[in-house]
Amino acid sequence: MSSVLRGLRVVSRLWLLVLVIAAWEIATRAWKDDFFPPPSKIVKALHTMWFSGPAGQFFLTDKAIEDFKPSFTNLFSGWAIAAVLGVVLGVLIGRSQLLGDVLDPVLQFGRSVPPPTIIPFLLALLDLGSPLSITTIAFGVIWPVLLNTADGVRSVDRLQLETARVFGVSGWLRLRRVILPSASPKIFAGLRVSLGFALILMVISELIGAVGGIGKHLTTAQQTFQMADMWAGIVLLGILGCMFNLIFMLVERRVLAWHSGVRRNDA
Amino acid sequence: MTRRGTRFVRGAAGIAGAVVIAELATRFGPFDPDDVPPASTVLLRAVELAGDGEFLPEVAGTIRAWLGGLLLATLASVTLGLVLSLTPWLNNAARVVVEFLRPIPALALIPLAIVSFSSVTQSKMSLVFWAASWPILINTLYALRDVDPVAKETLRSFGFGKAAVLLRVSLPSAAPFAATGVRIAASVGLVVVVSTELFAGAGEGVGGFLMESQSGGGRPDLMLAGAVWAGVLGVIANALLVALERRTFRWHTAQTLEAA
Repeated sequence: MSSVLRGLRVVSRLWLLVLVIAAWEIATRAWKDDFFPPPSKIVKALHTMWFSGPAGQFFLTDKAIEDFKPSFTNLFSGWAIAAVLGVVLGVLIGRSQLLGDVLDPVLQFGRSVPPPTIIPFLLALLDLGSPLSITTIAFGVIWPVLLNTADGVRSVDRLQLETARVFGVSGWLRLRRVILPSASPKIFAGLRVSLGFALILMVISELIGAVGGIGKHLTTAQQTFQMADMWAGIVLLGILGCMFNLIFMLVERRVLAWHSGVRRNDA
Repeated sequence: MTRRGTRFVRGAAGIAGAVVIAELATRFGPFDPDDVPPASTVLLRAVELAGDGEFLPEVAGTIRAWLGGLLLATLASVTLGLVLSLTPWLNNAARVVVEFLRPIPALALIPLAIVSFSSVTQSKMSLVFWAASWPILINTLYALRDVDPVAKETLRSFGFGKAAVLLRVSLPSAAPFAATGVRIAASVGLVVVVSTELFAGAGEGVGGFLMESQSGGGRPDLMLAGAVWAGVLGVIANALLVALERRTFRWHTAQTLEAA
């Protein structure tokens, strides 16, 4: 009985997705527009291009390795740089009201500059490829980490700080044992936002000035009118976005397991 | 001095300090002055651009596509949010579809938009629409789910119909959070507009202007001045939306706490 109920619940969740995909398939088949290939074709292109490799390479094709490697390296390098700088600066700014007041307008402005606008300037300054992508990503995604860290550090419970002082806990130990743990939910929230944003900036930096990567694949496919390949790239980026978010959530839940129990509504 | 006054003075000092440091770094730093112009030159260019007959129409084009897309996304997402929250059987299934579509980065759709629409303005607006819809829709759905059930029941027990409950309780109490979604969508939308212009070229909008100053030798001072203006646009838009939220939802208790 319960399995029947569970089955019904799954159906009640998934019917629309199935319907949408079916409608998409039928419409694109009937319409026969070259720009809009049917989803079955897109999935096939996705599979043959990237995921039909030998088992030894985790089923990735050579093209997949060639496309994913630069993209992922840039994405995670830029994100890591932004994460480290953002947390360090955020802690400094959060601890000092003077520094926070002085830097607030500058940071608000820096945050508001759409990161892609600096790409044309960087094109003249840096080599195409990794240096350009990493700089764009690091500049663009540092803001959520920095501002969230500063906010989290600023709102550390006063009682905890004073308790630490009573017990003579200060300096580095206080930072590591009191301030950072208490700010960690906000830091993680910032890191998650910036990871999603890093994926977006990876795409645009590769669309404009790249020698390789998934963004380059998209432009090549568009310019050579390989529409199924282009759509496959879009779907792939959607899957990646979903996956990153999921993995990050799992890590976050693990790292912050102690926290959500203490303060349920803080994250 | 009041807290506000102190903050203002300190902030002004911060801006002045940042400009001075940037100026010193660019004048005496290790960069080639042809690649990295002094900060004062960039600011001068930015001021000149404000009266430039070629730059201003491009800014207007960018703003038009940005606001147009944002407005359409707001209308569509809030309506869809209302419809979904009224029909739980549809809402349940729609959430899965949303979770599949939302992670697709709007910028990955740029090549698709360019081949499907004939004009760059159309591409820009539809991409802003796509990118802006998700934060607004998600915020609207969350807010509508959290509407105080007692308030709804109260109205219902006084004999009000479904439409009245929606109009008098659900919509007003969800509006502040939905507005926060619009603010998030606005900053994402600006990134999308400028990126599309950068990629689509054809010299359209702020992004097109930047790309044109980049090609043919390159004018780094103009490029950075353009980026400064894009940042100013972002600051103004955010400030306007925050002010609008404060004004419109002054009655709302959650407004006293700064929403994310």
